[in-house]
Amino acid sequence: MTAFATQHLADPVFRAQANFRALMDALSRPGTIQRLVVDEDAGDIDVDLAAIALTLIDHETSLWLSPSLADDHKVREWLAFATGAPLVDAPERAAFALVAEADPLPDHRAFGQGTQEYPDRSTTIVKACGGLTHGPRLACSGPGIKASATVAPAGLGPNFVERWAENRALFPRGVDLILCAGGAVMGMPRTLTIKRLEV
Amino acid sequence: MTGEPFYNFAYLDEQTKRMIRRAILKAIAIPGYQVPFASREMPMPYGWGTGGVQVTAAIIGRDDVLKVIDQGADDTTNAVSIRAFFQKVTNVAVTTDTGAATIIQTRHRIPEHPLIDGQIIVYQVPIPEPLRFLEPRETETRTMHALEEYGLMHVKLYEDIARHGEIATTYAYPVKVEGRYVMDPSPTPKFDNPKMHMSPALQLFGAGRERRIYAIPPYSDVVSLDFDDHPFTVQRFDKPCALCGGDDVYLDEVIMDDRGTRMFVCSDTAHCDGRRSEGHVGKQAAVEEARR
Repeated sequence: MTAFATQHLADPVFRAQANFRALMDALSRPGTIQRLVVDEDAGDIDVDLAAIALTLIDHETSLWLSPSLADDHKVREWLAFATGAPLVDAPERAAFALVAEADPLPDHRAFGQGTQEYPDRSTTIVKACGGLTHGPRLACSGPGIKASATVAPAGLGPNFVERWAENRALFPRGVDLILCAGGAVMGMPRTLTIKRLEV
Repeated sequence: MTGEPFYNFAYLDEQTKRMIRRAILKAIAIPGYQVPFASREMPMPYGWGTGGVQVTAAIIGRDDVLKVIDQGADDTTNAVSIRAFFQKVTNVAVTTDTGAATIIQTRHRIPEHPLIDGQIIVYQVPIPEPLRFLEPRETETRTMHALEEYGLMHVKLYEDIARHGEIATTYAYPVKVEGRYVMDPSPTPKFDNPKMHMSPALQLFGAGRERRIYAIPPYSDVVSLDFDDHPFTVQRFDKPCALCGGDDVYLDEVIMDDRGTRMFVCSDTAHCDGRRSEGHVGKQAAVEEARR
């Protein structure tokens, strides 16, 4: 906790600004990989999840944690101290969901989809991955992409493309996905169309 | 920090910035949808671009280069005031050169110089709801957006044609974004609408009084509403700019004397200055050159 206090509170304004711009670029230009400013000594939590949590999450945002995060009291303590976000057990009530690398990406239908009137009232899922470049190759198209983009995030599960197509079909409702690994981040807004590329 | 120890960088507190940043990310994920946000009081009145200022304050960093325009001009009151505000609270570099800017905050114009990948344009929006003058109730317009029921807007454009023989809407001309949401492009002249389509730049819109943020991601489909037999067209000007001779630009009318003499000049002052420094000379500029 002491390490956190000294490191993270050192330059919170510009760290948050830099990481927000990385997230904004990632979501407005899907298929690109953006660098995060991470603190290697964050301690008890994945450094990428920590950087994103500090940028977007605070006492106004309800937060759902994947099982291995929720079961770790050090992670819960860290998040309580750093963000003050109220934890929720029901994923559909969460503004943000943090998913550890060790946990599978949960079914998007469990989370808040927003309503047709307020599609913004949906869950943003932040998933730590094993890597963003050596998973199965996926072809992406949609707003933010000039023609098409190829991405290869690891650890999204075998049925991800089919599940994402269901999420895409809900538009304007649906969840948005932020993937992070190794100090980098990739955005998958609900507008994204994803196809599997044959190897 | 900058020379203003009493304010946070970019004026807003970090809690407010996070709230605005979350709204911006939702706006990007749902192109053309107006995301409600908890707009703050700013040290300038509503109507002066408080929505755009809050968006810019939430995204700007130390390395950004800011350009601010008002009706295309870098040197009018609103642009000068907002530029001075950001210089004071962020100490970032400012420019009038469209190509050199990373963030362009604008009131009612899109620069003539094509925007490029990596740039962000922030629009100041007075009335974000394109259906508001047709249906005053927020509950109703929200349902219309939810059901994608935009017939009323087409009736409005049709009535223009019935009354005037053409679509008489010349600014704040409604667009459909990515085939889903009808959106108000803010009171830009319809001349600028085609620049929004497949723009490489990220377009963010902030309405302070009405508390809405919306966005168009880069390379998005933006179509001006029209009819097959009355296709969308932009304004055309009879004469080129009187100062730089440029055509295919949007012109402002300037009254020269009390006998009705008029001059038409580029609304985009940076574009006009750039052309004149390259040696282009318009009719009025040539007259004044000869008089010297």
